[in-house]
Amino acid sequence: MKDFTEYKNIWVFAEQRQGKLMNVTLELIGEGYKLSRERGDGAKVCAVIAGNGVSPLADELYQYGADMVYVLEHPLLTQYTTDGYAKAITDAINTYKPEIVLFGATHIGRDLAPRIAARLNTGLTADCTRLDINVSNYMDYLEENTTASLNGLDRNDQSKGLKQTRPAFGGNLMATIVTPNTRPQMATVRPGVMTKREKIQGAKGELIKAEVDLTPDDINVEVLEVVKAAKEMVSLTDAKIICSGGRGLGDPEGFKLIEEFASTVGGVVGASRAAVDAGWIDPIHQVGQTGTTVKPEIYFACGISGAIQHLAGMQTSKIIVAINKDPECPMMKLADYSIEGDLKKVIPEIMALWNQ
Amino acid sequence: MEFSYSREQQMVKQMLKKFAENEIAPIAAEIDEKAVYPYATIGKLAELGLMGMPFPPEYGGAGTDYLTYIMAIEEISKVDASHGVIIQTHNALCCWPIYTYGTEAQKRKYLPDLLSGKKLGAFGLTEPNAGTDAAGTQTKAYLDGNEWVLNGSKIFISGGGIAEVYIIMAMTDKSKGTKGISAFIVEKSDPGFSVPKHENKMGIRGSIAAELVFEDCRIPKDRLLGQEGKGFKVAMTSLDVGRLGIAAQALGIAQGAFDETVKYMKQRKQFGKTLNKFQALSFEMASMKVKIDGARYLLYDACYRRDQGLPASVPAAEAKLACSEAASYVVDKAVQFHGGYGYIKDYPVERMYRDQKITEIYEGTSEVMKMVMSGEIFK
Amino acid sequence: MKIAVCVKQVPDTTEIRINPETGTLIRDGVPSILNPDDANALEEALRVKDNLPGSEVTVITMGPPQAKEMLQECIAMGADDAILLSDRALGGSDTWATSNALAAGIRNAGSFDLILAGRQAIDGDTAQVGPQIAEKLGLPQVTYVKEFSLEGDYVKVKRALEDGYEVLKVKLPCVLTAIKELNEPRYMSVPGILKAAKHDIKVWNAVDIGVDLTTVGLKASPTNVFKSFTPKPKGEGIAVEGDTPKEKAASLVNALKEKHLI
Repeated sequence: MKDFTEYKNIWVFAEQRQGKLMNVTLELIGEGYKLSRERGDGAKVCAVIAGNGVSPLADELYQYGADMVYVLEHPLLTQYTTDGYAKAITDAINTYKPEIVLFGATHIGRDLAPRIAARLNTGLTADCTRLDINVSNYMDYLEENTTASLNGLDRNDQSKGLKQTRPAFGGNLMATIVTPNTRPQMATVRPGVMTKREKIQGAKGELIKAEVDLTPDDINVEVLEVVKAAKEMVSLTDAKIICSGGRGLGDPEGFKLIEEFASTVGGVVGASRAAVDAGWIDPIHQVGQTGTTVKPEIYFACGISGAIQHLAGMQTSKIIVAINKDPECPMMKLADYSIEGDLKKVIPEIMALWNQ
Repeated sequence: MEFSYSREQQMVKQMLKKFAENEIAPIAAEIDEKAVYPYATIGKLAELGLMGMPFPPEYGGAGTDYLTYIMAIEEISKVDASHGVIIQTHNALCCWPIYTYGTEAQKRKYLPDLLSGKKLGAFGLTEPNAGTDAAGTQTKAYLDGNEWVLNGSKIFISGGGIAEVYIIMAMTDKSKGTKGISAFIVEKSDPGFSVPKHENKMGIRGSIAAELVFEDCRIPKDRLLGQEGKGFKVAMTSLDVGRLGIAAQALGIAQGAFDETVKYMKQRKQFGKTLNKFQALSFEMASMKVKIDGARYLLYDACYRRDQGLPASVPAAEAKLACSEAASYVVDKAVQFHGGYGYIKDYPVERMYRDQKITEIYEGTSEVMKMVMSGEIFK
Repeated sequence: MKIAVCVKQVPDTTEIRINPETGTLIRDGVPSILNPDDANALEEALRVKDNLPGSEVTVITMGPPQAKEMLQECIAMGADDAILLSDRALGGSDTWATSNALAAGIRNAGSFDLILAGRQAIDGDTAQVGPQIAEKLGLPQVTYVKEFSLEGDYVKVKRALEDGYEVLKVKLPCVLTAIKELNEPRYMSVPGILKAAKHDIKVWNAVDIGVDLTTVGLKASPTNVFKSFTPKPKGEGIAVEGDTPKEKAASLVNALKEKHLI
């Protein structure tokens, strides 16, 4: 058994775009806070933020629970590049030796984390939906939510390894991954899954300016342009109600009905992969394993049969309502309320009654 | 005997299944409804090598055996029989006779464009007063110096007006009956050739059938295909080959309708259970499968014989009869099991029901198939 | 131009169903396919070859002997050569160990101007192997590529972000990972299929590629599967009653109101 005593603390990569922190960063600080207290050995939750002129963001990080903030500032970090960020963060990890490093599973987190893990020759678990240190809590989770047997697990086990749980095979198989022999233990975590802490105004923490050693030769990619999409980002992760359409809509016109439905019930439009693949709607609306993971109060699945990869992204919704012609399809089986019928007839009736 | 698909055949089937589902299925109802020729998908299939599959690469073909080609027609026809017959007519009734009877110059001139799919080919034998009985052919051709002059008309010609190259049967010596028929290569741009009318058909509506008219149509002397007076043989041997393709088309329709019905029965509920739980219906599905699978073995066997250079005329007739009869039986039950939904255009079995009928008629009616077979039985 | 494309054979997860009684995956009859994002990577390589005749496209995978079938399909689409890394010593590799093997395989196959991979495979969905190969080969990477153009010694790419995109310029050689929006993969062609069925696919073991055996396989992998399981099936829901769409809608709205969700 290797000695990992010099590795301490839980790091969260604080992803910012154009000077604004990503939501997932705050969620991960919340999760990191919880994990650091589970360890019970004085471990701290630390945000690591890279960029140029980003230290003012430290206050927000403290307010959401960060005990410490490592700031990596350099003119060559002004824009995100894999090369620049990977080098700066790898150097910081080597210097400060965190026990755990968490990244949001965003297009940047999923670009950066594997590169760093490979350079450190350590393990990385992708797209986690649950993290545990405390064995007893983990066993509670398994007991309540899964079919896993608890054989070989001991509620008094005091080991402090990170148990990283993630979906595989498009969703309905889950696996818990551990990184026993290398440090840090690294994971990317799906946005929208973890819970951020209540914001505490005026919270303070410790700020450490880490040294950044970068030269232009370190960066092999030139950023010519960063373009924000003109259309508003679909905020599926924050939505209380989601109205999703699938292949059962029949054609792209069907999404007009879904849009009306969403605006009537105050929801956001979602879609299945089948509808996106058919070119009926933009991929940013996609819910599922390869799209966005959501857990709204109400999820309306309209003409969605329920391929595993879709279910993986929405099955933790509080209430699922399925409207489908086929009562035998997986979505109708999963739903809390299933309505067998023609969605083009049923949805207008729901809309008519909704605000009465 | 071997009863397994070769790796080539597996991949051809896999590719065409995907192509048919992704590219053809979405337009099948529309080309049927509007009776339009599917230029875009046929163009894509040409790029993939489908317009010259069983011909050698030296002329621009893909170089498969005949059996693999037949499997391709079957796979495409599962989703849409119009696409199946377009490819089939082009390959078997235009490319094949040129490849088999053409001079080297004719092959070099026509095959590269035909086999790459740049040009579509067609075949003209049937006339208002001559179909099954070819001796009644009234289209005439006579030699005038260095040119043949054609007069007459052909009807129900698949690809008429769309095709650039036509194999046309015409009487060069009426007194000799079928021995007075000769085959010619006519190009769409030849003077005196016109396509006045498209037929309004019951099925395979994406495959355009038209009337061809020849009014002092003058073509160069070297357009005679094969020897003078041997046109009947050109036509009959081409149809022998063609029959295999039509059998494959019929088999594809049968399998396609069967698959649609399986899907429907698993999902449609009556009296509180899905249709597949009703034994009267599920047993009938077993009978349908026996007919389809039996017909398939006859067809593959006939193709195997052709590929081996063995006599295949009678087996081809038997295969076509079996496949088109199986298809007739299956589409009838498929519509029946769909109930009212089988009678409306929302479900593909309605189209398959109409598409199937022609497979018992063209490239030799079922009666002609029986004629060929009974001749062999009592010889 | 010499291009390597990293591909993976995966079960078609859209076809996988769950046995409702046992909660286990039903994998019988589930076809194995070329991973969808990898097909986009291959298509882009083939387009480069279409525009620059004389280019060579080599596909490489790590997997069991059956993965040969998928490599044949890549040849049938137009790839020139195919390499299968297959060895029990490589079995059970996590992404770190997999990238060690693939990087060694690529090095053993020669030098490449461009290396393409799919963003992620639909069985594991990690998106880690592409960047980790880049790291092991010491090459720059761009992930989530949705547009690509070759400009002399450089490539110019659009990299998709959740809320837009970036335009990046990278010097060759580099590693790019493709997403679905990049292109529409071509079909196998019939002549391609005939060629593929006869093509001699290279099969290399761990010794052939000269990889350090302490960096591949289950034992060398820094991550281990601690437990795998399926989520508990949810209790039966309610089939909303009603004879007409209107009645059903009313029952639903009432139920949601009772739960104070409206």
